[in-house]
Amino acid sequence: MPSVSDILDNLDYGPAAEDARVVESWLAENSAGFGHFINGAFTAPEDLFDVESPATGKVIAKVSQGDPEAVKTAIESARAAQTGWAALSGHERAKYLYAIARHVQQHARFLAVLETLDNGKPIRETRDIDVPLVARHFYHHAGWAELLEDEFPGQQPHGVCAQIIPWNFPLLMLAWKVAPALAAGNTVVLKAAEYTPMTALAFGKIAQEVGLPKGVLNILTGDGETGAELVGHSGIDKVAFTGSTEVGRVIRKQTAGRGIPLTLELGGKSPFIVFADADLDAAVEGVVDAIWFNQGQVCCAGSRILVAEAVAPRFTELLKARMQKLRVGNPLDKSIDMGAIVHPVQLDRIRDLVGKGVEEGATLTQGTAPEGCFFPPTIAEGVEPASTLATEEVFGPVVTLTTFRTPEDAVALANSTAYGLAASVWSENVNLALDIAAKVQAGVVWVNATNLFDAAAGFGGYRESGFGREGGREGMGAYLKSPLKQLGEPEPEAKAPEAAPGTQMSATTIDRTAKMYIGGKQARPDSGYVYPVHGSHGAKGLAGLGSRKDIRNAVEAAHKASGWGKATGHNRAQVLYYLAENLSARRTEFIERLHSFKMPAEQAEQEVDLTLRRCFWYAAQADKFDGAVHSTQSSYVTLAMHEPIGVVGVACPDRLPLLGFASLVLPAIAMGNSVVAIPSQSHPLSVTDLYQVLETSDVPAGVVNIVTGPRDELAKTLAAHDDVAAMWFFGTPQGCAMVEAESAGNLKQTWAEVAGLRDFTGPDGQGRAFLQKATQVKNIWVPYGE
Amino acid sequence: MAPGHNSFPRNPGMALDTAMFEGHPVNRTAAARRAAQLTTRRTVKKEFQAAWLVNAIRCIDLTTLAGDDTAGRVRRLCAKARQPIASHILDGLGLDSLHTGAVCVYPTMVPHAVKALEGTNIPVASVATGFPAGLMPLNLRLEEIRWAVAQGATEIDIVITREHVLTQNWQALYDEVAAMREACGDAHLKAILATGDLQTLRNVYAASMVAMQAGSDFIKTSTGKEGVNATLPVSLTMVRALRDYGDATGHMVGFKPAGGMKTAKDAIAWQILMKEEMGNRWLQPDLFRLGASSMLGDVERQLEHHVTGRYAAAHRHALA
Repeated sequence: MPSVSDILDNLDYGPAAEDARVVESWLAENSAGFGHFINGAFTAPEDLFDVESPATGKVIAKVSQGDPEAVKTAIESARAAQTGWAALSGHERAKYLYAIARHVQQHARFLAVLETLDNGKPIRETRDIDVPLVARHFYHHAGWAELLEDEFPGQQPHGVCAQIIPWNFPLLMLAWKVAPALAAGNTVVLKAAEYTPMTALAFGKIAQEVGLPKGVLNILTGDGETGAELVGHSGIDKVAFTGSTEVGRVIRKQTAGRGIPLTLELGGKSPFIVFADADLDAAVEGVVDAIWFNQGQVCCAGSRILVAEAVAPRFTELLKARMQKLRVGNPLDKSIDMGAIVHPVQLDRIRDLVGKGVEEGATLTQGTAPEGCFFPPTIAEGVEPASTLATEEVFGPVVTLTTFRTPEDAVALANSTAYGLAASVWSENVNLALDIAAKVQAGVVWVNATNLFDAAAGFGGYRESGFGREGGREGMGAYLKSPLKQLGEPEPEAKAPEAAPGTQMSATTIDRTAKMYIGGKQARPDSGYVYPVHGSHGAKGLAGLGSRKDIRNAVEAAHKASGWGKATGHNRAQVLYYLAENLSARRTEFIERLHSFKMPAEQAEQEVDLTLRRCFWYAAQADKFDGAVHSTQSSYVTLAMHEPIGVVGVACPDRLPLLGFASLVLPAIAMGNSVVAIPSQSHPLSVTDLYQVLETSDVPAGVVNIVTGPRDELAKTLAAHDDVAAMWFFGTPQGCAMVEAESAGNLKQTWAEVAGLRDFTGPDGQGRAFLQKATQVKNIWVPYGE
Repeated sequence: MAPGHNSFPRNPGMALDTAMFEGHPVNRTAAARRAAQLTTRRTVKKEFQAAWLVNAIRCIDLTTLAGDDTAGRVRRLCAKARQPIASHILDGLGLDSLHTGAVCVYPTMVPHAVKALEGTNIPVASVATGFPAGLMPLNLRLEEIRWAVAQGATEIDIVITREHVLTQNWQALYDEVAAMREACGDAHLKAILATGDLQTLRNVYAASMVAMQAGSDFIKTSTGKEGVNATLPVSLTMVRALRDYGDATGHMVGFKPAGGMKTAKDAIAWQILMKEEMGNRWLQPDLFRLGASSMLGDVERQLEHHVTGRYAAAHRHALA
């Protein structure tokens, strides 16, 4: 130790290591290895693998590789516990969650030190951010457990939840997964990350400490194989995954057709937009919190700085000066900004990507980092939009720096990515900041801030950053289901369309040609084929035989109608009311049409009247299903905005040809989406009759596009279409599986349901659940205070 | 060179240039967040902590600015400035000598302070210009400066007219501070912005910049008499202003937070701010001062604990 007078010459910070002895002795006591936490107890350690502390490379523990037997046992114990856990009152479950929150706080330092040892992130972060947020999450969800019956009436837990968490925020991601699941009455089998299982195991001890009933929470350790075994197991009812987009796709395919609700929180390449009127020092500090937080191993890290050309030189100068102040090293040191990269494999990946970036012409400015599993803070300039560093998620402390000219330019660059997790917008102009917040495709937008988290705010992505939210009311919803009030019989498979001519028809009026409806115009099917629509006495007409190209055209037309999503709720309501008005004027005609499909007159009348009511109901909701202001941190307003998803594909059930179509299309367009709909395959004519009604009701061109023909074939094209944001499918079980599997391409949101189960004429036929499906929640954090 | 004076050229000031601060945004929430992180991202322990506390003493303007100040009270303060910590603590730290950065008193107390500090290098700073509100005719305020300098003060802590900031009358503010600088002669001018009265961080930034353009040697947060005195977000804003001024002109200006800082922890926090934002050069007393009175007592107790390993009692230390 240097003398005081020596130190006075340079006033260095000196070492300030957190005392890790309590944790180290706990690890030493368990040096024989850890088992899984199953049914309230730790299993005997077996098939052990090493857990290393990345900062030192030392083995800190040995944990068990979860094999199929362990997965099975864990699921069985979760299953056995689930009924009893769900049967507890919300208050009883709240007491357990509250106790967990309390015990997390009481063991806060233990957990922080253990997390830092295991993950390599600085003790400042585990102490000030990770662990406090964990406690906050359990407190918040103790509240949801207490309020469940009041706030989510009629909803039920899924059952057994399979949850897989990543290594970047090991305990916090556990909290985000476990807290809402348990609050809702689910039981859990959680697979901890291979590199960072330790705090999950310590959490198992806390579960024992608070006396959480056996089997309610089960924690497995292991690698990707354990995770795959868990997700593939038939005994689970819900899957929640946080991790890479690549694995997210695998899980999407693995769960396709199994009727398992899925939430995915995946990667990102989030923009960090600095306008000329921003507080540049604040924005520079924002970059520190964005990309040099947790060594950049943050899914929502602002990894692409977009800065206005006008201030780029000064901003860059300030940023580089600030970066040189960062201290990288022993994460247990309290004066360290960046610790170790989680694992040498990850370090290699960062080095590879940065190397590739340099090959592609990037120039780097870097801070310093010690030898070992560390990577210096890095700024990459000269990165073109198509290059590796601009498109690939590095998951390291590497940020690109690009300039833009105008707000429009900034938005275009910001949205030029497959991802859509988060964005950070820096401007002192509230009009500009909120305008950009609205235009950026991201689930979370921070204005003049970055990487803010709170249990009361939803977190989750748009686009290929996944779907579903964690936190807030929207996050609770992901762990609850609203079972159908009445369960109908599955529809029989529709008869395949016959494209050859010759079907007998009764010509009573002038012949009508039912075409496709694309971009507000009637268009002949690209295939050039038609198929007969059968009714009570022979065929009732011919419908266009839609094909891939009609879908392509319809999707393009739907994108051109993006102005619909920006229209006010009042405007959309007016259009829907007008639609009802015009449909009502032709009520008799529509009843007759339905009647002609062998539908009893009374039923046809009911279907048309219900359709009219549905128009009114969704018109009424258009300006009422609005968002919320979440109660998060002081000095921030957190707006939870309901935004349309974009272009929604809708494959309608075969029965109830008019009402089925209306029940799905109306909520979608009421919320501002544009739709490509495939009407009832057998009886599309009551929908093709609607074209004139749509035209006369001021529905803007492209908002509703209709392609008739073979449902599954057309739905497959839609589900696989990378520019369709959501796919709703009502058809056969095989069709559901197909849609879910095909959706993995761009990870679009899906709603696949076996047609016939839901009674669209009853209470299950409309409601807020439809509106929830039709929207995604964007949380915008806006600071205040001058 | 006069006691306490620096080894680099004084800030000569420049013509008023409102473009350097008008419209310069300072985001309050972001500043608060950065300020809060300064002490969670950095800490000093053991010998390092002791050294930093010793450095804080070197930078303290040991202050008494009370209505009941007397010659005797000022003598006692000066004695503490000459020997800020007990000799056994100084020995324990392995140091030969130590004194505070300056003493700071009211003008009429300057002669007593000068006398009490004879034979030392410790400068006497005087508040002036109708401290603390400054609402006196300008000629009287300038005369007060001249009088204090004539009595031996080598540093003058002036107060600005807050009205000029609140009405954005930058020219008036500039002219006033420039006139005061002229009145100071060789004495250094520390411009107290009374940031608690200015309220917004944008005002703080603008007032800092005008004060520097008018030739201030130091910019200082507070009189100690406003409702809110030195805070880290305000200090951060002022330090960034003096960094920007330096980047634009090449001139070095010092920073003095004052008022409300009472603990050793505060002493460390403000030094972390200076080191992080400006670097080591701004940890020297010619560019950094802590305007404080009771802080020294807490620093001394912490240093005694460092030396003896026992927790200290204030009543065993000499009063300031």
